[in-house]
Formats: sequence, structure tokens, C-alpha cells
Amino acid sequence: MIITPRINGDRIKRYLSEGKRFDGRKPDEFREITIETGVSKNAEGSARVKIGETEVLVGIKMAVGEPYPDSPDAGNMMVTAELLQLSSPRFEGGRPGFDSVEIGRVVDRGIRESKYIDFSKLCIEKGKKVWTVFIDIYSINDDGNLLDAAGIGAIAALKHAKIPKYDEKEGKVLFGELTKDGLPLAKGVPIAITVYKVGDKLLVDPTREEEDVSEARITTGISDGVISSMQKGMEKSLSVEEFNKILDIVERVWKDLNSKIEKI
Amino acid sequence: MVTKTFKRPDGRKVDEMRKITAKVGIVPNADGSAMFSFGDTIAVAAVYGPKMMHPQHSQNAEKGTLRCQYNMLSFSVTDRIRPGPSRRSMEISKITEWALEPVVMLKDFPTQVVDVHINILQANASTRCAGINAAALALAHAGVPMKNLVSSVSIGKLDKQLVVDLIKEEEDWEEGEGATDMPFTFTPDGQLTHVQLDGKITPKQLKEAVELARKATAEIYEIQKKALKEIGGK
Amino acid sequence: MTEKNERKIVIPGEIISSGNDLLPGEGTEKNGENIIALKYGLAEEMNKLVKVIPLSGVYQPRRGNVVIGKVENITFNGWVINIGAADNGFLSLMEVPRFVNKDALDEVMSIGDMMVGKIWNINKRGIDLSLKSRGLGKIEEGLIIEVNPNKVPRIIGKEGSMIKLIKDETDCNITVGQNGVIWIKGNKIEDELFAKKAIHFVTERSFISGLTDEITKWFAEQKKENTP
Repeated sequence: MIITPRINGDRIKRYLSEGKRFDGRKPDEFREITIETGVSKNAEGSARVKIGETEVLVGIKMAVGEPYPDSPDAGNMMVTAELLQLSSPRFEGGRPGFDSVEIGRVVDRGIRESKYIDFSKLCIEKGKKVWTVFIDIYSINDDGNLLDAAGIGAIAALKHAKIPKYDEKEGKVLFGELTKDGLPLAKGVPIAITVYKVGDKLLVDPTREEEDVSEARITTGISDGVISSMQKGMEKSLSVEEFNKILDIVERVWKDLNSKIEKI
Repeated sequence: MVTKTFKRPDGRKVDEMRKITAKVGIVPNADGSAMFSFGDTIAVAAVYGPKMMHPQHSQNAEKGTLRCQYNMLSFSVTDRIRPGPSRRSMEISKITEWALEPVVMLKDFPTQVVDVHINILQANASTRCAGINAAALALAHAGVPMKNLVSSVSIGKLDKQLVVDLIKEEEDWEEGEGATDMPFTFTPDGQLTHVQLDGKITPKQLKEAVELARKATAEIYEIQKKALKEIGGK
Repeated sequence: MTEKNERKIVIPGEIISSGNDLLPGEGTEKNGENIIALKYGLAEEMNKLVKVIPLSGVYQPRRGNVVIGKVENITFNGWVINIGAADNGFLSLMEVPRFVNKDALDEVMSIGDMMVGKIWNINKRGIDLSLKSRGLGKIEEGLIIEVNPNKVPRIIGKEGSMIKLIKDETDCNITVGQNGVIWIKGNKIEDELFAKKAIHFVTERSFISGLTDEITKWFAEQKKENTP
């Protein structure tokens, strides 16, 4: 496996300067997205998302524990992402690299800042017992844009999840026995859209090749048309003009993605 | 002795396996890949290699290295598993290597390494067996030179009754003598490459268990063979 | 399996054929009278020699192969080239057909550059590459694609017929490395992408017969679609 050669990068950039991409897509077009829920039965909620050949699996597990001291009557969540070694010859070595930490944190930010989960409704006994929602994201195949696939997967899994029964007397969760209640979720779905800068052009949903030659990116979390989170990644800088263009792209792309995800 | 009247929690006959599915080529990036499931237990395996081995001092000049990594996804079981390797996953990784090594022609790729990554997506017991079956398929799919495939199944003894392909409820059997768990891995020509045992069993019954395992792995082998022959090529 | 041209998919450990007079070729071994497959691929029997043509597997370098690789590192006397094999290749500065200043190796080729080379020797120390032949050298521009190296013979075709057809129809120069790395150079990026599509057409149907007819038909359809 060879990391995308420089001469391919030159070709990608030249083509982009004409507004074209190798697979025929426009710069603001996503590949085909398929979303499947309920793919892992022991999870309280789960989803498999494919964007082109990029595939992620997300599972929701819930547990009861003590609340954080500064929010005694609210549940909490923890988002973890793992770039499985099976998904790419590039993910070698044991320890989680920065990339997986970043994906976890970007997805966390998108969900947390948009107040998608109403944590106040996840309190069982104030100061003593609250629900923790674990969102665990795994890459299955990396062909670029794992960030957005992870974001969509997390939302799909959250929407699919049902709260397990809790035995108050024994003080334990009855896993496998689900209530009919889904998680307390807001109506507006937070969608993360990452815009990448390749050469001097901006695009969404890069393939592995395109992502290899990108120099900067911004992930925007948007729900109900309102932006609640943002993160810039990678080394190069962006001009204000580019920044504004990115916001335009996000607004355009959001409408399309939102209609897909609302259907879950 | 195999009793016909013994009632298993999911209604299966004592020598009946769950529904098996096997498919290759499910991870496009990998040199070879496969998924294998016993009912609700789903394993995926991806193979990368033979390739250069780092660090250099780990290289073996006489033969290649087979490196297996087995891990369960955090949500594959009822009680969430904290992400990261555990002692159990490290042990199963090694067992899997030993189960596969006898059939992999390591002498064909000295100093190099073949990495096998196994992940359990959903668990209802017999996960290491599903993992070994998926790994064998992925290795063949990757074009790694092998003398044969291997096929793995769990045989259990529930109180005094031998059963084939354990589910979790059976692993936790408490009546009478409780549960004895025996995963086996065989080549199609009857070579045993892996066996483990947890529980309590007489040598006589263990020999019967071996026979049950032979029969079951022969069936599994046919399904693995079919999965490899079915595809249209990468 | 007795027909010369019949090919069936075999898996490791499977008995392909039996017969005292049969010889075990590549990817097989003989056990008693049985020829047994040691790899996953297509079994082929020709003139009593039984072999397995692999469907998959990393590139196995051979002397004489033309390969396309990327410069990974520069040492004091040459370039280390990644050719996608289990070992890297090495291009000594003595194997470049022009004078190279020992202190300026990176001016000839730097890390990240792609090149077309020929394997002139393989030994315990590694794979030796050379640029001393026509058509070899650093790649300045174009498109690099990677395919399963086992499909390369199909892409080249009998006596180069398939690759010639693709070159003519797409108006591109195409160099096919035996290691599955292919360099496409055309006058327009569209032509290069067209050639890439055509090559993938072949790799996705690599073991059907009558592929030449299939692709000729496909080219005709593509041309019709593109003419206004």
C-alpha cells in the first residue's frame, strides 16, 4: 500500500480547479450513504454507516453510576472512537493514535454542544444514580472521511437506542430487557459536516486519495440550521473568504444530509 | 452419550449447530478478509501481508511470523467492555495463532509477517471459534500459502450431556455438574490444531466430544469452502 | 478436471487432480498421486503440469519484472524504493544511465517521487532495481493507480493485446508494473480517468472468457455516450 503519490495529488488538484472530481462528483457532493440500525444485538443501540466504501460501526451501551459532582441531577456520556487495525494497512501499532482521539472528541463536541441528549432526563436518583451513555465508534474500512461517517453513525445509533430496564431494588441494569423508551433526544439532529481544503479548492466527503492531499479541514456541527460546534484540523491556514465559503457549503450540504438522517 | 430428549435453551438438538454464515471480501482495504457467524456470534477477520516486519530484530530469518490480534467490540456483549486489550483477548490472540500456524506455510515468507486482525461484533459464546474460522478464510482469501483450512467449534457438557456449539446460556449452566466448555479446531483431514477445556469430564466422554467436534468441523469446512468458491474475485 | 482450458477455483488443501504422471507446478504440492492446492486461486492443468494461478496475494517480485514504486529513502549510494512487495527495492546510483553526483542524489529523485524500474537481481540482501533500459526512469506527471498484482497478466493480455487496445481507445500512454502499480499518462485528465475506468473493467471481470469482446463492446458504448 502506497500513500497517495504526489503526482496523483497534482492531478486531483488540477481537476478540482475545473470543479471536477475523479469519481464524477461535484465538490459539495457526498458519496452514497447507507445507514443500517440494529446491527449488534447486545448493544442498547447500534448502527452501521457506509459512505462509499468507508464503513463504521457504532454501538450504544448504557450503565448506571454516580453523577459528576458538578451536575448531580444529570446523566452523562462518553464517546470513544477506535481506528481498528483491520480497517486499513495504515493503522499499525497498538496505542490509539491521535486520529482516533480526535474523531471521538469531534463527535462528542457535536452531540454535547447541540444539547441533542437531554441529560436531565437521564437522572434516576439525584446525587446518587444517573445513566451514562457510552457511544463507541469503530472503523471497519477507511476510504476517507471517517469523521463524518462516525458522526452519522453516532446519531443513527442514538436514535435506535432503547433504555434498558433498571431494577431499583437490586440496583442493577437488566441488560437484554429493553424498555420502550428511546433516549431523550432533541428533535433537531446534529449533523457534523467536514469541509476539506485541497489545493485552493474546498470539498466535502473526500476519498482516501483526496483526504491524503488535503491540507486543512473544518468540522461543523449544525442542527436545526444553527451551528453549535466547530473544529479546525490539520496544519494549513484558511482565509476569511474560504471560511465564509465553508459556511455556505455547510448550509447547502446540511439540508440534504438532514433529510436522509431524519428518516432513520 | 447423546440423549435425544435433552432440552437446550434454544430448542436445538444436542448435536445441532446454530445457523452459520460465512462471507469473504468484506473489508476492501485488506489483502484478505472474511466474516463468520454461529447464530448471534459474529466475527470479522482481516489479513495484511506477507509484508515487512518491524522492528527488524523481531524478524525470524528461518520462517515468517503469524501475528494474530483478537478483540471484542465494547458493545458486543451485555456488559460493556472497556476498549483496549485485556488479558483474555491476549490469550485468545495467542491461541488463535497456535490454531492457525500448523497449516500456514511460514517457511515461504522468512523475515516477513502476516497480520491477522479479528474483531467480534456480537457475542453469544463460541467467539474464539468464530474468530478462528473467519481468520482461516481471510488467510486463504489473502493468498497466503496454506496446507489447508482449519475449522473450529465449541463442544460443551451440560451436566452429563454433550452438546455442540455452545451459547452463553449454556456456558453459564449450573445444574448438576455444571458446564464444561471445550473449543476444538481441526483440519479437514483430522489434525487437531487447538483444544481447550474448562470444567469436569471423564476421558471416555472427552473422546466422544472429540468425535462430535470432528463431525461438526467437517460441516463447517464445507461452508468455508463454499464461501471462498462463491466470490467473483477482487 | 481434464480439459486444458477448464479452470476451477480451488482452496488450500483441496485435491486438484490425481495421476502418477502429473507434475506439481506453482502453488501446489504432490502427495502420493494427488496434486494438492496450496493457495487460493484458479487451478490450471496444461501438458501434465498442474498449477494454481492465484486470485489474490501480495506481489512476488521476480527478476526481469518492470515495477513502479515510490522513493521512500535516500542512502549514501542510492534510493530505497517501495514497490509494494514484502521487501523494498534498492536502486544503486550505478544503475542510473547518467552521471549522478554522490552528493546530489535527491536532485535526481527525491523522497516521494514515483519511478519505473526493472528488477535485475534478487538475493538475500534485497531486490536490486535498475533504470538502465528504455522506458524506465522517474515519473514526472500522470496518474498512478494500484490493482491486485495477480490481475496484471489479464490487463496486459496475450502478447500485450489487451493493454494495446486500452491505450488506443483512451489515447494514453500506459506503463503496467508487474507489482500492480500502473502509470497512465494522457493529454487530458479525462482520458486518464477513462483509461483508469477501463483497467478496472478488466480487473473486475478478470477471469471470464471472451473479455476482449466484452471490453470492445464497452468501449463502443462509452464512445456513443460521449459523442454529443
